[in-house]
Amino acid sequence: MTDTTTTRPFTAASFDQYIAEGKLMASRCADCGALNLPPRAICPKCHSETLEWVETGGKGRLAGFTVVYIAPTFMIEQGYGRDKPYVSGIVELDEGVKVSARITGVDAAQPETIKVGSPVSVEFIETGEGEGRKVALAFKVE
Amino acid sequence: MPINKLPRGVAIVGAGMSKFGAFPDKNGRDLFVEAYKEMTRSVDKGLDPSAIECFYLGNFSSDLFERQGHTAPLLADAVGLTPIPAARVENACASGATALRQGVIAIASGLYDVVLVGGAEKMTNLPTADVTDTLATAADVPFEIAAGFTFPGFYAAIATAYMARYGMKPEHLMNVAIKNHDNGALNPKAQFGVTIQKWMEGRVAAALKKGKPAPAWSDIWDFLHDDSANPMVAWPLRLFDCSPITDGASAVLLVAEERVREFTDHPIRILGSAQASDAALHDRADLTSLPAAKLAASRAYEMAGVTPKDIRIAEVHDCFTIAEVVASEDIDFFAPGEGFKAAEDGMTAREGAKPINTSGGLKSKGHPVGASGVAQAVEVWKQMRVEAGERQVPGDVPLAMTHNVGATGSTCVVHIYERRD
Ligand SMILES: [Zn+2]
Repeated sequence: MTDTTTTRPFTAASFDQYIAEGKLMASRCADCGALNLPPRAICPKCHSETLEWVETGGKGRLAGFTVVYIAPTFMIEQGYGRDKPYVSGIVELDEGVKVSARITGVDAAQPETIKVGSPVSVEFIETGEGEGRKVALAFKVE
Repeated sequence: MPINKLPRGVAIVGAGMSKFGAFPDKNGRDLFVEAYKEMTRSVDKGLDPSAIECFYLGNFSSDLFERQGHTAPLLADAVGLTPIPAARVENACASGATALRQGVIAIASGLYDVVLVGGAEKMTNLPTADVTDTLATAADVPFEIAAGFTFPGFYAAIATAYMARYGMKPEHLMNVAIKNHDNGALNPKAQFGVTIQKWMEGRVAAALKKGKPAPAWSDIWDFLHDDSANPMVAWPLRLFDCSPITDGASAVLLVAEERVREFTDHPIRILGSAQASDAALHDRADLTSLPAAKLAASRAYEMAGVTPKDIRIAEVHDCFTIAEVVASEDIDFFAPGEGFKAAEDGMTAREGAKPINTSGGLKSKGHPVGASGVAQAVEVWKQMRVEAGERQVPGDVPLAMTHNVGATGSTCVVHIYERRD
């Protein structure tokens, strides 16, 4: 099996492909070492075009969150909404970069109990099968 | 980076807006015609439309809201301005102020002397879920929306980060909604031109009229804490923390400084114009402030040669109550972590030291996305010329500011205005 880890383009499609494989990948600048999430094809810090994929450790802290009651259509289709709210948040990884993700391991009915700063670890939420299979990035509050 | 001065002075000599609200029988074009007509009537010495040389339109998404693209020439034609150049400018909720800034640049460059800037958005054709989806296109779709975020959700996440750092409670945000409804109640153009007190009394009266038991809210705070009256949208933000879905349009006329006297003896000069961009919300070191807003504000202050204490009033982008709190800090009216206390203490009320959103803001006046940035300039025009009626702030308004944000601060545009009689 060919290792495509170093050859995939720095695109949203590649990022999603990694997520589907259960990997949260960031791009790292080979010249200045800056780590970026979402991945970039050009380093925003030094403008180098030499980048590499690196897998994050998947551990971090909750930087901000919300419990969504008025949901977008694709979440309504998954059964979420007023009667079944869900949690989305922004996580700061131990590596220092942040990412938007679903948040699990908390009680959406009691938002006051969810704390900014809580330690979290990555997980992947799978829905659908076959062609319709989707994997969403999530973090579980430990 | 050196701060560029405008190479040529630019002033607003006319301003107008449509009523904001939900108008099933009017499209974006019809609303823009209303705004344009009011603008022409506001030009003190009269306007010959053939003087207008160019048109910039702020519009976010007529494509998705109305299934109508290529909007600028259609609106230009509707007010009889073709064949002048007409261009639509899109920067999400900051489309209006970005269009305004393009107009300023076009005149400052020396290319044109008289430029029309408009904003228009027709949003209420779509059901709420489709509006939510359309607004979501202003985010970083592959990386933010997949996480389940909505726009109220983003600002809710900002609120949780702010609460964790500064000890604010969700209740503090209600002060912003109450104040903006108090102001909007005095603005005949506002979508929700009633105080929250009157709103609550209206709900009681409606229940009694239907023969139902009257809800027993003891006061507006009780009302605002009631999940049925003020339902949760994205915790900690409730319905009354959110600006509404709105149809509306706005227009201002910009003129080169040396030709201003042909139009009015009471122009409002653009003293500072600045804009900054940024990555998505998750790609920022700090969630409690919008870096693009801080940068645009500081550059506008520097260009204008004034300081925050010189600014008498500001119209800021209160798409959500927390956004006004953060904005009041980003434009340096208050120190970080002090904005929510200033709102609680009445400092941002009309009679306060630093009035914010005398128009009612996006919250009460309404938020027809692409029109909002230009409508902020309309309010500043009225206040500075002492034409704001019942909501006129006490005393002189020699200097004012507008702050218009796109998405969660991927764009921010700040303008500073000076009355020059
Ligand atoms: Zn680099």
